[in-house]
Amino acid sequence: MVLLSLAYHSLRDRKLTSALTLGSIALSVTLLIGVEHVRLGARESFANTISQTDLIVGARGGALQLLLYTVFRVGSATNNIAYESYEYFRNHPAVAWTIPYSLGDSHRGFRVVGTTEDFYKNYRYRRDRQVELAEGRIPSDIFDVALGSDVAAELKYRLGDHVIITHGITHGRGLLEHDDKPFTVVGILERTATPVDRSLYITLEGMEAMHLDWSEGAPPLLGEAIPAWKIAKEEITIKQITAFLLRARSRIDTLRLQREVNTFEDEPLMAIIPGVTLGELWRTIGYAEDALRVVSLFVVIIGLLGMLVSLYTALTERRREMAVLRAVGAGPLRIVLLLVLESGFLSMGGAIVGVLLVYALSFISQPIVERHFGLFIPIQPLTVTAYLYVLAVIVAGLLIGFVPALRAYRNSLADGLTMRL
Amino acid sequence: MAPAEPAELSPAVELDHVRFRYEGRPDILQIPSLVIARHERIFLYGPSGSGKTTLLGLLAGVLRATEGSVRVLGHNLTALSARQRDVFRGAHIGYIFQLFNLITYLNVEENILLPCRLHREPRTRLGGQSLQAAALAVATRLGIAPLLHQRVTNLSVGEQQRVAAARALVGTPEVILADEPTSSLDYDHRQRFLELLFECGEEAGSTLIFVSHDRTLMPLFHRAVSLQEINHVRAA
Repeated sequence: MVLLSLAYHSLRDRKLTSALTLGSIALSVTLLIGVEHVRLGARESFANTISQTDLIVGARGGALQLLLYTVFRVGSATNNIAYESYEYFRNHPAVAWTIPYSLGDSHRGFRVVGTTEDFYKNYRYRRDRQVELAEGRIPSDIFDVALGSDVAAELKYRLGDHVIITHGITHGRGLLEHDDKPFTVVGILERTATPVDRSLYITLEGMEAMHLDWSEGAPPLLGEAIPAWKIAKEEITIKQITAFLLRARSRIDTLRLQREVNTFEDEPLMAIIPGVTLGELWRTIGYAEDALRVVSLFVVIIGLLGMLVSLYTALTERRREMAVLRAVGAGPLRIVLLLVLESGFLSMGGAIVGVLLVYALSFISQPIVERHFGLFIPIQPLTVTAYLYVLAVIVAGLLIGFVPALRAYRNSLADGLTMRL
Repeated sequence: MAPAEPAELSPAVELDHVRFRYEGRPDILQIPSLVIARHERIFLYGPSGSGKTTLLGLLAGVLRATEGSVRVLGHNLTALSARQRDVFRGAHIGYIFQLFNLITYLNVEENILLPCRLHREPRTRLGGQSLQAAALAVATRLGIAPLLHQRVTNLSVGEQQRVAAARALVGTPEVILADEPTSSLDYDHRQRFLELLFECGEEAGSTLIFVSHDRTLMPLFHRAVSLQEINHVRAA
């Protein structure tokens, strides 16, 4: 008890170095555990972005690319697929439901997704959550648009506002605007904390209508433009979509369907199983994770070495103190214990502050990360790994404390009661 | 701890054919015999480097005689383990350094009470008195009661030495070892400090072994011992 109070007072006496040492350990622990948290949180959040979809079908190309542009709204498709192909699989007896996606346009940096009621009915995330409307209704007319919650919040759109869609994917205003065919906001979606919030949803017909008078990816020439009022939903035939999500009636059907898509004769298609491709994505990111973990480990080591340096250099000034302690009857072992306690205090304090900092930071950064990356990192209790990290930091701190402690031990044996100045 | 002879029978200090050298160096102390009775006030003098501090180290049990026996209060320190000697020192010996007696991160009261906090024996000798009361009593005696809750870094050297004396006296140890505690004080302070130390030591019934090279202080003591005379190692 005496030693605890001595260690505490001694650290408090060297306030600045103690605080700096504790701070550097805290920051290194924050980094170590923060990386762990973000890693797990991101993984869970990614995995939760899409549920119950067995296959994602698109034009043949990269599996990752297909996953990214359909689920995460990152990157774009190289090719579209024919609507007939989609219809074939939609009506396939082994298929429970499908959700078609027609992609490629944007509004102020947000993606525009052409889809059908199937999206609102069948899309699932976080296991079994459904896309709900916060207000308004599902787009049904050609020029209806529903907004993801982030889109509505960031652009401050309300029901009834007009939205002009940009051709292609650009941030801000694009070069080519579909300004002759404005859309009307009819619905705003409930927040999902997935990339769903960061898109605008129109009908497949709306997507087709915007491009009705276009040819070869170029806007209509003067006089060839078809005004919006002339277009009726019934007259539009959908020629192509970009991709579709699919749920099979059974597990076995999934694999059978995947094979059928991949060997589809009419056009080159590709089907991926989202979970499998997500796994591949994680393996790719895994290297970065490992690198990050190694870096944070080194940061922890540097933090602990900083403590070693500060305790060790203080020893020279503390030789007198040690002699006084010896004179009042403290054995050399007590002196060892005193110094080990000091490093124990610092590393434990650092670990605790570090963990608190992790939670403070996750609390602060959660909405920011969600807004910018569509990742909802849950604030979760410490994982077993994190506990082990904390424990390892404290144990390493105590062990490191033995270095100056043994030095002090030898000093005090050699010095006895002489005051080396 | 090894059972000692009945306390009042054994002298405070009894050295018998003691030799001491630091590891790998020649002898610095060879003392055939030195006996100091209880309650004696001894002035131990000698030039610097004659081994005064080393002798105090032996008496305090921080150092261990290479040969011979060092008996303090009847306990043969040479036969005790390092840990037992630490406990013995904490229980029976008050020590005052020349300078820098205090632990800078503790306040005056905490410094005074350090031996009582580290060891049970001085605590039990306080009887029913609380630690705070004991600190206040000894501080009052030495005229530093108003300073009890000050930081020691704010004190003058004279005040610091009184705090050191208070720490050496608290719990009334049988032996007080003082290593030139007055050498950094001016004449007036020196006189006052010594008077207080003697008074308090007498009240406590302590044996005082006072090391100095300042022979003007010699007449104040019961007996003077010249280390050069009793030490058979000749300084090179």
